[in-house]
Amino acid sequence: MTDVRIEPASGPILDAHLVVDRGAFRLDLRLRIDAGEVVGLLGPNGAGKTTTLRALAGLQPLSAGHITVAGRDLDRPDRRLWTPTERRPIGVVFQDYLLFPHLTALDNVAFGPRRHGVDRRTARRRAVDWLARVGLHEHARSKPRQLSGGQAQRVALARALAVDPLLLLLDEPLAALDARTRLDTRAELHRHLTEHPGATLLVTHDPLDALVLADRLLIIEDGHLVQEGDAATITAQPRTDYVARLVGLNLYRGKADGHTIHLSDDFSLSVGDPLHGDAFVAFPPTAVALHPHQPDGSPRNTWPATVTGLQRHGDNLRVQLAGPIAAAADITPAAAAHLQLAPGQTVWAAVKATETRAYPAAARQVTTPAASKDS
Amino acid sequence: MVGIDEQDPAVRPKGPVPPRRRTQRVPAPLLLPAGAGLAFLVLPLAGLVYRAPWTSLPRRLTEPEVLTALRLSLQAATIATGVCLALGVPLAWLLARVDFPGRRIVRALVTVPLVLPPVVGGIALLLVFGRRGIIGTWLDSTFGITLPFTTTGVIVAEAFVAMPFLVIAVEGALRGADTRYEEAAATLGAGRWTTFTHVTLPLVAPGIAAGAVLGWARALGEFGATITFAGNFPGRTQTMPLAVYLALETDLQAAIVLSLILLTVSVTILAALRDKWLTAP
Repeated sequence: MTDVRIEPASGPILDAHLVVDRGAFRLDLRLRIDAGEVVGLLGPNGAGKTTTLRALAGLQPLSAGHITVAGRDLDRPDRRLWTPTERRPIGVVFQDYLLFPHLTALDNVAFGPRRHGVDRRTARRRAVDWLARVGLHEHARSKPRQLSGGQAQRVALARALAVDPLLLLLDEPLAALDARTRLDTRAELHRHLTEHPGATLLVTHDPLDALVLADRLLIIEDGHLVQEGDAATITAQPRTDYVARLVGLNLYRGKADGHTIHLSDDFSLSVGDPLHGDAFVAFPPTAVALHPHQPDGSPRNTWPATVTGLQRHGDNLRVQLAGPIAAAADITPAAAAHLQLAPGQTVWAAVKATETRAYPAAARQVTTPAASKDS
Repeated sequence: MVGIDEQDPAVRPKGPVPPRRRTQRVPAPLLLPAGAGLAFLVLPLAGLVYRAPWTSLPRRLTEPEVLTALRLSLQAATIATGVCLALGVPLAWLLARVDFPGRRIVRALVTVPLVLPPVVGGIALLLVFGRRGIIGTWLDSTFGITLPFTTTGVIVAEAFVAMPFLVIAVEGALRGADTRYEEAAATLGAGRWTTFTHVTLPLVAPGIAAGAVLGWARALGEFGATITFAGNFPGRTQTMPLAVYLALETDLQAAIVLSLILLTVSVTILAALRDKWLTAP
C-alpha cells in the first residue's frame, strides 16, 4: 500500500503554499516539513490551524497556492490538479479521534490498510502489530466506547500510522485528555512521532505539547505566520503578544536608544542589552516586584500600577497590573498578604534592568505583513 | 441541634418536613379535553377487545381464509419494505448529503404520498402502471408483466405509500449522523461508496431499522391504494385490511377477529420499538 516510498535524499516531504479564502478570513501560509521532522503549528482560536490541517488533508480545497508531498502535487488550483482525500498519502489523528463506534479497536486500525488494498488477514495482522506498539494489544476486541480517553487516543494514532502516511497530521491530539493522562500520553506520543519516518504536522494551542513534541514551531495568527523557530528561540524572544502570553512573558515594543527603550512618549524601560532602533523588550512575571510605596536608590524600572486581577499561578499569585504598561507579576502569597493586595489598589512595580531581555524588532526570521502590523 | 438528623444538619429544616405541595396545577380547560382525547383513542380499541368472540377465537384464527390473508399480508408488506429499503435509503442519502438544485422540491415530492389519500395513490398507480398506463403498456408489451390485480401489484401499492416513511426516517438519521466520521474514513483511503457501506450505513442503522419498521407497519395496514390498484382477490391480492372490510359485510365476528390480529401486530411493533427509537425528544 505504500506505493510512494520516502526518497532518502531530495527535498522536503511537504512543500506547500496554502491559500484559502473563506469570506473575511484568508489563510496564507508556506509550509516545508522534512522527513522525520515534527512541526508544531500554534495559534489562538480562529488563527487558521484547523483550516491548514483540512487543506492538507483534502477536506478543504485551496483557493491558490499548492500542496506538494514527496514531489507530487496534491492540490494546485492554477494547474487544475486535485487529489481527493482518500488518495493522499496522509494520516490524520482527529481531535476527538473519531474512532468508528461500530468497529472494534482492531477493525478501526485495520480499516486503513484494508482500503489500501491489503487483504483481510494481512490487514488484521498489521493492526495487531500496531495495537501492540501502542500498548493496547489486549484491547483489540474493545469497542471505542469501552476505551478510556488515553486508550482511544492511542488507537487513533495507530489507525493513522497503520497506512504508513508520508505526512501525519495531528489535530490537538491531547486536548481531550485530563491532565494526568495527558502527561503519560504525551510522552508516548513523543516516542511514536520520533519513530515516524515521514513528516509530521502537529496542530495545537497548548504550548507545552508543542514544546515537548515538535522539533520546530510555527505560530500563526489571523491566517498568517507570525513567528517561526525552535522552542528556545521562541520562548526567549517572542514577537507578538500571543506568543509572549503563550510562553509566559511580558512583552513590549518600542524604540531603543542604548540601554533605554522608549515604549511611549513618557514611558521607557532600562535594559541590560544595548540596542538601537525598533526593539522588543521582554521580562517574566517573576521579575516584577511590587511595593506599597515608590522604591528608591536602585537602578530599577519603577512605575505606579493599578491591580486589576489576582489569580493562583502554581504556588504563587499572578497579579494583573494596569498603568503606563499592562503587565503581569508573580508574587508569593506571603508578599500578597503583606501588601494586602486587592483589585483597584495602587502599587509600585519594579523590574531590574538585568532581568529584561531586549532584542531587535526588525524581523530576522519572518517577513510577513502580520509580523509587523503593530509597528 | 438535638432532635435533628446528625447526618445532614445543613439542609434539614427545623421541625417536621411540610408535605410536598403541588406547585403546578393543570388547568381544567386543558385537562378535560385531554382526558376526552385519550378516551377517544383508547375506547374503540378496548371495545374491539371487549367484543371479541374469545370462545371461538382459536377455531376462527385457523380458518384457511384468515391464514391465507395473513400470510399474503406479511409477505407483501415484507417485500414492499425491502423495495423501500433498496430505493429509499439511496434517495434519503441523496437528500441528506448532496446539495443539488431543486432539492427542496424533491423532498416535498417524496412526502406527497404521506398526505395523499391512498385511493388517489391507487388511481395514480393505475394510470401509470395499469395495462393501458404509460409504463404499464411498455411493461406488458416488452416483458409481458402485468402489475394491476396481481400480488406484485399489492407490493407496488404498499411500497408507494410506505416509502415516504422510510425516506424521512433515514434522511433524519443521516442528517443527525456526524459527517466527520466520513471524513475520517476518507483520510484512511475509503472512497465515497466504501465510506457509505462501511461507515455511514452502520452509523445510521438504528434510523434505517426504525424507518423500515414504520414502513412495514404502514404497508401492513394499507387499504385504499391496494384495493384500487390490485383489487380484492382472495389468495392473490386480498390482504388483511381488505379481508376485514369484506368480512364486515357478512360476518362481524370474523371482522373483529381479523382486526384483533392486526391490532396485536401493531401493538407488538410499538412495544418493541418504544424504548429503542420512538421515544419523544
